[in-house]
Amino acid sequence: MTVVQTGTPLLTAEGVSKWFFLGNTLFRRGRQDVVRAVDGVSFDIRRGEVLGLVGESGSGKSTVGRTILRLNEPTAGSIRFDGHELAGLTRRQLRPLRPRMQLIFQDPFSSLNPRMTVGRIIDTPITIHAPETSRAARRERVAELLHLVGLSPRYAERYPHEFSGGQRQRIGIARALVMNPDFLVADEPVSALDVSIQAQVVNLLLEIREKLGLTMLFISHDLAVVGCVSDRIAVMYLGRIVELAPTRSLFLDPRHPYTEALFSAEPIPNPAIRRDRILLKGEIPSPVNPPSGCVFRTRCPYALPDCAKVVPPLTEVAPGHAKACIRDDLDLRPSQHA
Amino acid sequence: MAGSAQPAAIGETVLKVADLCVTFRTPAGPIEVPRGVSFTVRRGETLALVGESGSGKSVTSLAVMRLTPKPPRCHVRGQVLLRDDAGGTRDLLSLSDEQMRRVRGNDISMIFQEPMTSLNPVHTVGAQIAEAIHFHRNVGPRAARERALALLELVGISEPRKRLDSYPHHLSGGMRQRVMIAMALACDPKVLIADEPTTALDVTVQAQILALLKELQQRTGMGIIFITHNLGVVAEIADRVMVMYAGRIVEQADVGPLFARPMMPYTAGLLRSVPRVDLAGAGRPVLETIGGNVPDPLRMPPGCAFHPRCRHHRPGRCDTAVPALEDAGGDHLLRCARWREIAEAAS
Ligand SMILES: Nc1ncnc2c1ncn2[C@@H]1O[C@H](COP(=O)(O)OP(=O)(O)OP(=O)(O)O)[C@@H](O)[C@H]1O
Ligand SMILES: Nc1ncnc2c1ncn2[C@@H]1O[C@H](COP(=O)(O)OP(=O)(O)OP(=O)(O)O)[C@@H](O)[C@H]1O
Ligand code: SF4
Ligand SMILES: [Mg+2]
Ligand SMILES: [Mg+2]
Repeated sequence: MTVVQTGTPLLTAEGVSKWFFLGNTLFRRGRQDVVRAVDGVSFDIRRGEVLGLVGESGSGKSTVGRTILRLNEPTAGSIRFDGHELAGLTRRQLRPLRPRMQLIFQDPFSSLNPRMTVGRIIDTPITIHAPETSRAARRERVAELLHLVGLSPRYAERYPHEFSGGQRQRIGIARALVMNPDFLVADEPVSALDVSIQAQVVNLLLEIREKLGLTMLFISHDLAVVGCVSDRIAVMYLGRIVELAPTRSLFLDPRHPYTEALFSAEPIPNPAIRRDRILLKGEIPSPVNPPSGCVFRTRCPYALPDCAKVVPPLTEVAPGHAKACIRDDLDLRPSQHA
Repeated sequence: MAGSAQPAAIGETVLKVADLCVTFRTPAGPIEVPRGVSFTVRRGETLALVGESGSGKSVTSLAVMRLTPKPPRCHVRGQVLLRDDAGGTRDLLSLSDEQMRRVRGNDISMIFQEPMTSLNPVHTVGAQIAEAIHFHRNVGPRAARERALALLELVGISEPRKRLDSYPHHLSGGMRQRVMIAMALACDPKVLIADEPTTALDVTVQAQILALLKELQQRTGMGIIFITHNLGVVAEIADRVMVMYAGRIVEQADVGPLFARPMMPYTAGLLRSVPRVDLAGAGRPVLETIGGNVPDPLRMPPGCAFHPRCRHHRPGRCDTAVPALEDAGGDHLLRCARWREIAEAAS
């Protein structure tokens, strides 16, 4: 298989599902609702690669991120991280691996403890995972990280409320990096920020990735942001990956109707392009009752009766480019960015 | 010739806001945002309002609707002139509360980012729309319900008759936003203010709502003030764009020229920092950024409020007097002490 980046996978997910069981009460036994938040997804992330994950609200992006970090127990499937099988590990068994895999949150306002100084926030993981570290060494490490994320080391003494959204996101990034992880899940790291500040944080993440050789899963609903940072992109819809391709080929040559619709719906900051859109009907269905067969078929402009029959597998259609759709006869429109 | 192929039916001015100032009294000191904002909205026109968080977009629209907190917590000055059916104008800021209640939801309406804040959870959707119609129009409950049904149909809600009896929490985010639009349009307002109406929605649903608003505008000729921080959305729907920074208008122009040739450094920087997917380049694009942070409203920088972040800033020129809002030609307004030099250097 031809790939964008050579390199062995650092993380491999195979048939990973995460179902949430709701309403499990005494009175409702037997007719329990199951939320199929993630339903049989497979992908790998190579060392040094950024894999983007896009999709609409509720499609299961955060659940994928949390499950591969084993902040959730998968309902089914295998997650291999640098040779270790993570599915089925106990908390205790996971502990030595924890520092190597970190999460950056979306919301820079609620994810930092308001009563801790910035220095404490950043060095807490050290006190947990390497309690033998001296105070001086911890202080030095905090200063180093603040510098890395473009903040003054003097800020270590201050509290989160004294900082703007962009600055708080930098603090969150510093905290995620303190243990020298090899793998980061960044879950909508810039969605809460103003446009001018978003660009600062995206640049910072790219710079750090270069410098530290990080491997990353970058989750966002913003196609342009994902397109800027990712080597490859996975598109999710209702708990499944419907397309997975190198960034360039996804934008130039989308193969799944949902990807085409996402591209078409995306507003492009150029008033000279006012074009006909593909307007999808309705909204994403509930993951409690997903449609049979292809989960996109209820909104797909190209659906055939056969689409209701089988779940289309994610199949390679070009080198490194896979899609889950039974129709091979479609000529889909590229992204407006193309 | 950049820009719209829209069948331009832009007509006379329906709303004219002049020198609008809002002052909040807070324990930490007074916050003055907006600080002297003036603009007009014409029939059939969409004016987009953009700017960073805290720049005063929402407060401006709340002041127009007379929905800011009451004095002494908050003072509003200036004029908000709304054209009435007789062709005269009324200053909304000088109306009594009772008179204003008759205007709000009738001549001028507003939709908010989070529809649940303005829908009442204990009443059915149909009852809420009918109530609004009944309040403003002298019609019986039956006729009001029929009108509510027609409105739900108009905004593209499937099975509208069934939805009349639904409660808001039974509806998806996109459907709630459609209900909000139906309510706002119940009495054919001349002006609709939409404050981030699609920010909480998915792109595919956002595309549906934007198409709906455009279609309704073509039908009714309402003027729209559309607040958003998404420049893609602006390019999509606006005829004219107003950029706010720290409570002041810093640039205002027709959408084509504004995107093609932004003249105020903040607008130019903002447009450059929008992520673009560079498919040609081998390496990764480094996004252009505007350094620094949005100013604290309690400590606004003197002179041009953007000067601490501006790469064209000159001490003595930019940090002393507030630059005037000047017309660079063709109704392209901007506020920058150095715009002539900057424009010259760029050409
Ligand atoms: N702990 C939970 N219990 C029950 N359902 C859950 C739980 N966590 C997530 N879900 C459901 O799983 C689905 C996927 O959620 P998830 O948060 O992964 O989506 P997402 O793609 O990250 O969406 P967003 O873009 O809104 O962040 C949703 O329907 C959500 O309601
Ligand atoms: N009720 C209030 N009391 C005191 N200050 C207020 C009040 N409402 C708004 N402000 C202040 O007025 C300024 C402008 O706020 P506004 O909500 O208009 O910003 P905005 O441009 O709509 O931002 P966003 O993009 O975040 O919605 C902010 O500094 C805010 O803190
Ligand atoms: S007035 Fe000065 S600081 Fe303000 S935008 Fe113009 S050049 Fe920049
Ligand atoms: Mg999420
Ligand atoms: Mg606002």
